[in-house]
Amino acid sequence: MTGSGPIWVQGELAPDGSLAKISTEVATLGRAVGAAAGREVVGVVIGADPGPAAAELAQFLPRVLAVTEPATIDHAAASVVAQRLAALIERDDPSVLLLGAGPEGRDVAGVVSVLTGWGVLVNAVGVAWDDGPVVEMSVFGGKLTTTSRLTGDHGIVTVRPNVVTAEALPALGSVEPTAAAGDLALPLVAIVDRVAATSAAAPIEEARIIVSGGRGVGGPDGFRIVEDLAAALGGAVGATRAAVDSGWIPYAQQIGQTGKIVKPALYLALGISGAIQHKVGMQTAGTIVAVNRDPDAPIADFADLVVIGDLFEVAPALTAALRARAG
Amino acid sequence: MRIVVLVKPVPDTASGGERLRPADWRLDRPAVQAVVNANDEYALEAALKLTEAHGGDVVLLSMAGPGAPDTMRKALAMGAASGTLISDDRLEGSDTLSTARVLANALRAQEFDLVLAGADTSDGGAGVVPAGIATLLGLPYLSYAAKIEPDPVAGRVRVHRISPTGYEVLEAPMPALVVATQALGEPRYPSLKGIMAARSKTLATLALDDVASGAVVDGQSVGGAVATSEVVGAVPPPPRAATRVVRAPAGEGAAAAREIVDFLAERRII
Repeated sequence: MTGSGPIWVQGELAPDGSLAKISTEVATLGRAVGAAAGREVVGVVIGADPGPAAAELAQFLPRVLAVTEPATIDHAAASVVAQRLAALIERDDPSVLLLGAGPEGRDVAGVVSVLTGWGVLVNAVGVAWDDGPVVEMSVFGGKLTTTSRLTGDHGIVTVRPNVVTAEALPALGSVEPTAAAGDLALPLVAIVDRVAATSAAAPIEEARIIVSGGRGVGGPDGFRIVEDLAAALGGAVGATRAAVDSGWIPYAQQIGQTGKIVKPALYLALGISGAIQHKVGMQTAGTIVAVNRDPDAPIADFADLVVIGDLFEVAPALTAALRARAG
Repeated sequence: MRIVVLVKPVPDTASGGERLRPADWRLDRPAVQAVVNANDEYALEAALKLTEAHGGDVVLLSMAGPGAPDTMRKALAMGAASGTLISDDRLEGSDTLSTARVLANALRAQEFDLVLAGADTSDGGAGVVPAGIATLLGLPYLSYAAKIEPDPVAGRVRVHRISPTGYEVLEAPMPALVVATQALGEPRYPSLKGIMAARSKTLATLALDDVASGAVVDGQSVGGAVATSEVVGAVPPPPRAATRVVRAPAGEGAAAAREIVDFLAERRII
């Protein structure tokens, strides 16, 4: 029943103006959906200087529209981008819009949904096609995987990070500079300053490997052990709410119900019991390894490998072993 | 200042008992004890702190089913002055668009400087409704706040918006809609006095027709009957392989570390 138009992939910009990693994944997934649907897949990048990100997205999609919108230089991007996107949708009539399920993607999806009247299928962990997108999402802390569809002709799908591995096309796609459509009728929100975080922690949402610490890490000094192991694995540092509430590590690193939902290839949990509020944020990780003193901790029920022992002994030994292995 | 906080009763995730109704795959809300959505508690806490600093009132707004008043009383016990609950059978099965339309229309009837909403809910998890409400009402939209600094005299608000590399300082005129995160600070526990006081606070219950007027919403444009998406099935995910357990008594950390390295190499992670 879905309209016959192409499938669009929104290319999200990282703060430095490059293409966000999530968009390379959404584009890769979009190609598979387009092949199943027999439809063209088109990328759309909207920003003050969309060229570089559009060129990156053209590594993954045969055709990318690059729309210059100067307002994103000093205004919050979501509503600006969403208004331009909604106007382009009206003009070009695509059938489905795919975008990332992170903060930027959610903001854009919420605005575009209202402006177009399109429904949103959220937090996809898989997208198939059967006369329209068929979306799998994980609910209730991973207890169930639901399958959802659109009831109408058009819709928006937000896609979780790490659902697919980004794969470039054999040949670079084309970038088409495209005139902005519509106008900016919604109030603009000024960006009066941009502040870099004091800790240079790698972002966890898109990391392939995450090493996380919980209450068992004991304090900010204990997190050095977590950071060392993460560095040895080339991964990012995560944390439970207990560790964040204790002030041991910034909220940006929190995984779980009121933090971030992650899906790395490896989740290595140090001193984490695995309470449901944390489990919902990480249980779809490819491999889960836990080091915990308590053999009865809930994480022992859903980890792939559990080491019952002292993380202050096991983690440094693991860091040393990995460094020795790397030579 | 007057701040409206959007709150949603959600199934208590700690119960582990959440389920969908097999007939229509909608959430079986009566099956599990409801609690205030955790991200909404951060919004409420931030709102209470702001009115403590600047004067004014915090009021609650919710769209929810029959069990909601009990949950709303808990939010009132934290310190909100009053609440409005929109509850109607026709709203069951509403999608994010319907929810945004109904809440936006209810907000049209209120005066406020700020609307605060949680970043997402633990049941639906979409995180798109606040942006939809701001769009419908033409309000400045300031999302993912780690800090909220209103200037009631100047009629403006500043927000530290969490970004992938730190934060952006956003500024907009009020009234505005701000999306709250846990970074705003721990919600307070209701005091006994607060719990007693909550019993006599006004909790107005409205039906769909009470808010269904004007351009945004009418009885035909919202609710389960016009949902733009539907769940057509649900299965438990494939079980994980059995857990391998390694015991590492004191002094045997290095041996355990080697086992982890071998395991990761087996799985081609390293």
